[in-house]
Amino acid sequence: MATTAVATPERENYLNKEYGITSWLFTTDHKRIALLYLITITFFFFIGGFFALLIRLELLTPEGDLLLADTYNKMFTMHGQVMIFFFLIPAVPAVLGNFLIPIMIGAKDLAFPRINLLSWYLLAIGGCLMIYTILSGGVDTGWTFYTPLSTHFLDTHVIAAALAIFIAGFSSILTGLNFIVTIHRMRAPGMTWARLPLFVWANYATSIIQVLGTPVLAITLMMVAMERIFNLGIFNPQLGGDPLLFQHLFWFYSHPAVYIMILPGMGVVSEIVTCFSHKRIFGYKAMALAVIAIAVLGFLVWAHHMFVAGISLYAAMVFSLLSYFVAVPSAIKVFNWTSTMFKGSVSYATPMLYAFGFIGLFTMGGLTGLFLAALGIDVHVTDTYFVVAHFHYIMVGGMVMAYLGGMHFWWPKISGRMYPEFWGRLAAMIIFIGFNLTFFPQFVLGYLGMPRRYWQYSPEFQVLNVLSTAGATILAVGYLLPMVYFLWSMRYGKPAPDNPWNAAGLEWKISSPPSTFNFDETPIVTWEAYNYDEIPQEVPVGR
Amino acid sequence: MFSNTFPLWPTRASTLSGQVDALFIFLLMLCGLVCISIFIAIVVFAIRYRRRPGHRATQIEGSNAVEFTWTTIPAGIFVIIFVWGAYIYFQERTPPKDSMDVYTVAKQWMWKFQHTEGQREINELHVPIGRDVRVIMTSQDVIHSFYVPAFRIKQDVLPGRYTIAWFHATRAGTYHLFCAEYCGTNHSGMIGDVVVMEPAQFQTWLSGGQPMGSLSQQGQGLFQSLGCSTCHRLDTQGRGPNLMGVFGKPVLLEDGRTVTADENYVRESILSPAAKVVSGFKPIMPTFQGIVSEEQLNALVAYVKSLSAQPTGAGQTPTFRGPAGAKADTRQR
Repeated sequence: MATTAVATPERENYLNKEYGITSWLFTTDHKRIALLYLITITFFFFIGGFFALLIRLELLTPEGDLLLADTYNKMFTMHGQVMIFFFLIPAVPAVLGNFLIPIMIGAKDLAFPRINLLSWYLLAIGGCLMIYTILSGGVDTGWTFYTPLSTHFLDTHVIAAALAIFIAGFSSILTGLNFIVTIHRMRAPGMTWARLPLFVWANYATSIIQVLGTPVLAITLMMVAMERIFNLGIFNPQLGGDPLLFQHLFWFYSHPAVYIMILPGMGVVSEIVTCFSHKRIFGYKAMALAVIAIAVLGFLVWAHHMFVAGISLYAAMVFSLLSYFVAVPSAIKVFNWTSTMFKGSVSYATPMLYAFGFIGLFTMGGLTGLFLAALGIDVHVTDTYFVVAHFHYIMVGGMVMAYLGGMHFWWPKISGRMYPEFWGRLAAMIIFIGFNLTFFPQFVLGYLGMPRRYWQYSPEFQVLNVLSTAGATILAVGYLLPMVYFLWSMRYGKPAPDNPWNAAGLEWKISSPPSTFNFDETPIVTWEAYNYDEIPQEVPVGR
Repeated sequence: MFSNTFPLWPTRASTLSGQVDALFIFLLMLCGLVCISIFIAIVVFAIRYRRRPGHRATQIEGSNAVEFTWTTIPAGIFVIIFVWGAYIYFQERTPPKDSMDVYTVAKQWMWKFQHTEGQREINELHVPIGRDVRVIMTSQDVIHSFYVPAFRIKQDVLPGRYTIAWFHATRAGTYHLFCAEYCGTNHSGMIGDVVVMEPAQFQTWLSGGQPMGSLSQQGQGLFQSLGCSTCHRLDTQGRGPNLMGVFGKPVLLEDGRTVTADENYVRESILSPAAKVVSGFKPIMPTFQGIVSEEQLNALVAYVKSLSAQPTGAGQTPTFRGPAGAKADTRQR
């Protein structure tokens, strides 16, 4: 069981069982489908990142000089669309969720393996349409598609982009449906709801939002397309329509979508914090209830995006109050993660560094949400860089940190190889520094009054914009590093033991990488989640 | 505020800006405290309980009392923040009476202002210190947003209806006006200046020539030339309701509802006359959609409003203080 084990032929696992392109494209193995998703969303992450870099380069100087105004508008539009619909929404659920949920609950696969494959194809088809949109000249509606701009005043590929998102939306709906059924019906004997890992709870809550919310977005985007093609007058005031109706419908999905993006990240962080504190989660029930509360309350706050849009004074007050309610469960989660470290045995492995980053940045993102929910302040800072900074702290500082933390945590299980720990920690720190340098100045810019989506700006905003652009270049390096060493490790990384972190959870009781059906025999669960008192703390030497 | 090249705080130039800043600073301190406490806790726990030989984690289940505490205390603080924020917003959304009105038409990509005295401006808005100014806005095309950071106000400008922003400037100077809702190609070029002047200077500026007469006089001209006056007569014999004194009052509709005759109602009645017909009248009025421009619509609204401006009812020429009123007989159009 020492290092010579490398020379022995590998055990049969999901990666080496079959070879060839068709064994991947027609697979129904949830783990292989997870990898298909991984490749797809990584591709889109770098496209979206490229757009972001162009945006930041343009904003290096107050004049609009690098790009044309229309090109700039297309860049921020497609940066948003690509990152949200083709990276953030599928990121944790479709990659890590797909890979881990069946294993974590002791199942051989998801409830509907072929629908799972269909989900990936839908995302791929939507993605191809998005690529077509980009290559054929792009779209400049803003990711929000606000009417009547999107319906009557633009001559770009609005319908293609809407269709791309429409189709990708069905991928999201089917994944959510698959997860809900799987978690209800496929749990191993003894795996009660109260014993589920919080990652599963988080994905369950996410799935509810995906199934209930996404159809509304699909319908709304279809209405935009119909209005463009048939000049219907649903949103056009000249034909008796109401442009605010669009905003209500759009945000009815797109606010809960924020929780689609962050909840699975919270699940990842719960797994990492417990493992690297070698300790039970503080307040399991509160944590599980909190994700469900966020999912439910998240549906009741959409109009806080519309406080200056012309909604009634009293509607605005109701939505402001409800927005504060949804902040409560988020606060509970932060307190519980922090308390989990109390009297723990804290290791500074790479995934934990990402979890530290997540808690810190999510806290700042969440707290600045309190500013935005305050009606009087929102009037001043909405549609400025304050909002841009706020949601990037949640989406990038929160979700991307959690995603990368999760990727490092489960990479040994996924690939069967260890990533280089030194480079992992270095990248985590570069990303943390680059992120803060990019987005912290934007809070100041926002309060000063710099509106978002500005191609050129007033010269007094330049210093802060230069800082932000400098941060973005650091961030880019930070994101390229894991890409490089993950690929490197697939060939040259040390073979991973089954449980390299001494972590609790069923996924660490099976081989790395797992066999096609995960478990040789169905496990019988007799323990609670995070039973770290029963697991030795010291990392074993070799295996 | 600190310098022109590297400001860190926006100028305060309206009565509301101080209130917004006060809440903002309160939140900065509160959230800063929470944030730093959490960071310190993380750092302290990470160092004190770092993994090392001989050190073992103590398993803790959690505590309902602790969970209850950190659920209810934040919730209580949130309610306080909510009330404070809502109080400021309530003021922002309820313009005071007797304000100075400026009609605004936003279009891709410019701001057009019409003062009631008749001055027109593009991408520049002159206002006096010490008066409540209501900006009555509509858009000719897409959604825009009227944003003056120094006043801490922002209001989206919608096609097909009026939205209203108001402010009370307190400091002379020239301030940014931004369009804050993405509106297409030249969104970032849809900017302008709000010039806040001392009252005396503003009066001088106002008297700098208004070739077309006051806005309500322009509206009156249109009221005649478009033939409105044939039906909306100033007696009870017209086929349409007499508009004298109607503005700002409740109106009983044919279907039994009651609406207040505000700017949006007058506007709607011109563009979609059949939508809300006054009780006792027939829906015979033709639509003026596509016939009157947004600016003409503003003039008509200003005229209808002026018919209620004077409680003494001294004829059909409304009273407007200032030079425009003095030249009431030289109305044109």
